[in-house]
Amino acid sequence: MAMSEPDIGMALVNIVLLGLLFVVGIAIARLRSLFAIVMLSGIYSLVSAVWYVAVDAVDVGFTEAAVGAGMSTAVLLGAMLLTSRTAKPEKSLRQLGPLLVCIATGIMLIYATVDLPAVGDPNSPANTGVGLTYLRVAWFDTGIENVVTPVLGSYRGFDTLGETTVVFVAGIAVALLLGFGERSLAETIRNEDKSLPKATTKPDPENEETDA
Amino acid sequence: MLLFILERANYWAVIGLMMIGLYITFASGNLIKRLVGLSLFQTSICLFYVTLGIVAGGTAPILMDPDTSGGHGGGHGEEAPHAAIDAVLTAASGGDRVADLVHTYSNPLPHVLMLTAIVVGVATLSVGLALIVRIREAYGTIEADEVREIDMQTAIAQEAEQEAAEKEALA
Amino acid sequence: MKSDHHVILRVITKVLIPVIVLYGLYVQFHGDFGPGGGFQAGVILAVAVILYALVFGVPSAMRAVPPAFTRSLAAVGVLLYAGVGFWALLQGGQYLEYQALFQEEPGGHHGQHVGIILIELGVLFGVSGAMLTIFYAFAGRVAEIRDEDW
Repeated sequence: MAMSEPDIGMALVNIVLLGLLFVVGIAIARLRSLFAIVMLSGIYSLVSAVWYVAVDAVDVGFTEAAVGAGMSTAVLLGAMLLTSRTAKPEKSLRQLGPLLVCIATGIMLIYATVDLPAVGDPNSPANTGVGLTYLRVAWFDTGIENVVTPVLGSYRGFDTLGETTVVFVAGIAVALLLGFGERSLAETIRNEDKSLPKATTKPDPENEETDA
Repeated sequence: MLLFILERANYWAVIGLMMIGLYITFASGNLIKRLVGLSLFQTSICLFYVTLGIVAGGTAPILMDPDTSGGHGGGHGEEAPHAAIDAVLTAASGGDRVADLVHTYSNPLPHVLMLTAIVVGVATLSVGLALIVRIREAYGTIEADEVREIDMQTAIAQEAEQEAAEKEALA
Repeated sequence: MKSDHHVILRVITKVLIPVIVLYGLYVQFHGDFGPGGGFQAGVILAVAVILYALVFGVPSAMRAVPPAFTRSLAAVGVLLYAGVGFWALLQGGQYLEYQALFQEEPGGHHGQHVGIILIELGVLFGVSGAMLTIFYAFAGRVAEIRDEDW
């Protein structure tokens, strides 16, 4: 009912993007070079951002492109520079167990989707519940066109306060684990004092990263 | 049957992606690869939520002109299935606060939930990476089995030391 | 040294960073009308500083935006968000009830607009501060880089 008339183009976009995600995911599973894995995870985020936009979730797509593709790739690269470049090869026998577990879980989940409403069904419980109500009352309540913003800030303000606190706490936790970062500044200044003539570029980790 | 499959193909694709993430998390011994698998898994969960919020023929949940012109009235879109909700809302709020939508929009609620989940996901990912950096500094490796091996050897050495100390105390 | 082949990168970055910051502010304040909001804008602003750090080196970025500033920025963001809730409490409403900020009837939009803009600013500060703190923490570690690993 839901997928009957909507255009072939939309279905094609869906197939191509999800297929790309599959290819990237399998490549990540098979690769051993951590640099390639990190870059591919950035590509995975970008492709999924495109998919979000294709299914009308523009805000999510925007966030995924900025956060998933930009920020998490930068953080992963930083962590990779501090640890190692390649993963150890796996023993092929030990991969069998996880594979079986994943296939079994996947089959069970797919069996569960038989009861789910069709994709795009406007009368599914998820789409007729509070989401639709937000769409209908948001303009009267707040006068803001983008319904996502009042839901984020107003209707679910507690949720967002919690999320902001989690991000803040995560930032503090990382800083407590790794140091706040002034150390490298102090060290570089010390090095510059020692070797004044070529003080401009000390090859720090991030410069190396742009070279590669 | 074909229609049934087509209607659920999106779910199955997303579940497949989820399982790839799960497999990477399970199968790889390298801790960074493991975290990448975990973030893949998380992205797939977001895909699943957004899939649930798709409305056929809908657009992004940004209200367009006729829907924003007045509080109520307007055209008659697809309100027939939602008459029950309408009745509840009108009863609750005096009939003035609910607009009939002219256009069809996709469900904004999954978008909001996933938007915040993505940001929190990268924050927690970086906490995990910070822990991995510390593990690497303590053990010199980020392979799970090597870390386990070093732990085992340390435990054995400590036990031997303790036994030696006890023997010395007895003697 | 080998800084020569970075010239194009440096020039382009100098042009790009103001544009990125401007775009971040646009995303922040246009969130009511189109896609965008505090989370995205916070990350975009953080990325502008990260780009600067990648091209010009972390120490000069730390001189421009000190780590002490970023972590206090994150704290200020969360406090601003929570403070809007307390403002609503003081006005006699419930926590984070923007309708109560200016004691409006239902249907008045002033309080909602002000409240949402303020909490989005809080989110912007919180997210960009936290992201920069995370980046500085990773970049501030002194790594031993072995070339044969590449």
